[in-house]
Amino acid sequence: MNEKAPLGRLPRLLAPLVFGLLFLAVWEALVRVYAVPVYILPGPLLIARTLWTDGASLLGALWVTLRIAFAALAAAIVLGLGLAILMSRSRWIEASLLPYAVILQVTPIVAIAPLIIIWADDIFLSLLICAWLVAFFPIVSNTTLGLHSADRGLDDLFRLYKATPGQTLRYLQLPTSLPYFLAGLRISGGLALIGAVVAEFVAGTGGSETGLAFRILEAGYRLQIPRMFAALVLLALAGIVIYVALDRLSHLVLRRWHESALPKDR
Amino acid sequence: MTSPLLTLSGVGKVFANGVEALSGIDLTVNRGEFLALLGASGCGKSTLLRLIAGLAEPTSGTVRWADAQHERSGRLGFVFQDPTLMPWASVADNVYLPLRLAGMSREDAKPRIEEALAAVDLGEFAGAMPRELSGGMRMRVSIARAVVTRPEILLLDEPFAALDEPTRFKLNEDLLHLWRRHKLTVIFVTHSVFESVFLAERVIVMKRRPGRIATEIAVPLPAERAAGLRMSAEFGALCRTVSERLALATEAAAA
Repeated sequence: MNEKAPLGRLPRLLAPLVFGLLFLAVWEALVRVYAVPVYILPGPLLIARTLWTDGASLLGALWVTLRIAFAALAAAIVLGLGLAILMSRSRWIEASLLPYAVILQVTPIVAIAPLIIIWADDIFLSLLICAWLVAFFPIVSNTTLGLHSADRGLDDLFRLYKATPGQTLRYLQLPTSLPYFLAGLRISGGLALIGAVVAEFVAGTGGSETGLAFRILEAGYRLQIPRMFAALVLLALAGIVIYVALDRLSHLVLRRWHESALPKDR
Repeated sequence: MTSPLLTLSGVGKVFANGVEALSGIDLTVNRGEFLALLGASGCGKSTLLRLIAGLAEPTSGTVRWADAQHERSGRLGFVFQDPTLMPWASVADNVYLPLRLAGMSREDAKPRIEEALAAVDLGEFAGAMPRELSGGMRMRVSIARAVVTRPEILLLDEPFAALDEPTRFKLNEDLLHLWRRHKLTVIFVTHSVFESVFLAERVIVMKRRPGRIATEIAVPLPAERAAGLRMSAEFGALCRTVSERLALATEAAAA
């Protein structure tokens, strides 16, 4: 009857868990009943076992990928904020730079990754640049929008009290843009990971310091499909952890004043 | 006795889209007086206030301050139609803003902030966030912020229009109290006849298209005004006069 009533905390946690377990059970059953070969589709139990046995080596690879993703995200934050602030200083600068930021965003990373890998000497650096290119735009565009979204009345107030451009930026524009920036950051967090993986795929590097993407490729070549799935599971988990962490961060920062973080029953 | 603080001569304002908002405004504002700008929506009252505040420049005429160097900043408080508080800052930080922009340290500003909040009965809410306050309380914070610089002149742009009547009455009385206590000069924009008569010593009635001064009416009520005044025959008669003049000005403009 009342389908739109909000769910309690426990059902909200349990519902996806039950659904996921059910899904895995059906998957396992189908694989067994139809005797699907392991190199086509391994069952969840086998994947879990592989995750257990190969876990150490896969976690090492995940750490390599995560390092690239985090470095790219940090660079995206610093340069994205910097560019957004620079563009908010003058409409001229914004008009001159924004189209190029858009071009960078719409160019498929797989298409330019080979070039970057050729140009940059260091493989870590080239992967970092690729991941950064993907993660950079949401922060720039969201923060730019936020910096321009200051309340008109407050803007008048700052003019009335003869605020310097620096004061207006610090006390009005930056706080206004904070929720926008954090929304961009949540998107960029996931994108940095995707960017790192895509770049690794294109680079296809071997050797000791290889990331998770290379392990996926390698497992694919060797038809170690359970290992491939195990790597995918790790990647998905890492993505979820990054998203949840950034979401919590956003909530913590905004909880005292922003609509998005306030309890709904007020 | 009265000395002019501010003189507007032949002030006109044409917006970028060609709309003529104000035309030929001549007005002298005396030190320490409470002046109401009354008119229907779109008669340019808010624009006139923005010109006085220096938030916009007139396209013709001049706005001249008696004391040329004291122009605006710091000596002028402005209360907007909305409370326009910073939602991310506490009540005290919102009130601190004008002093912070003037370069005053938080320690030096503290007694001033406390004084301003006490003046609007919000002493206990210094640490609260704007969203935790009612509409009337937010407006009080806005007023505290406007007076924290100890301005000489206070400009208010229909500040109480969105509030319920009991809250509005209370804030009207508080504003009169502030005005007397701090010997402020007040220019109060409103579209309410009752509010203008209750508050002001002089009501300037405006008409629209373009915005001009239609007439001005002195309000010969005592400076000490309490809630009971609203029930008096004298108040009623004054409201009737102002109301008739306003209707005349509005009709004349519409014709």
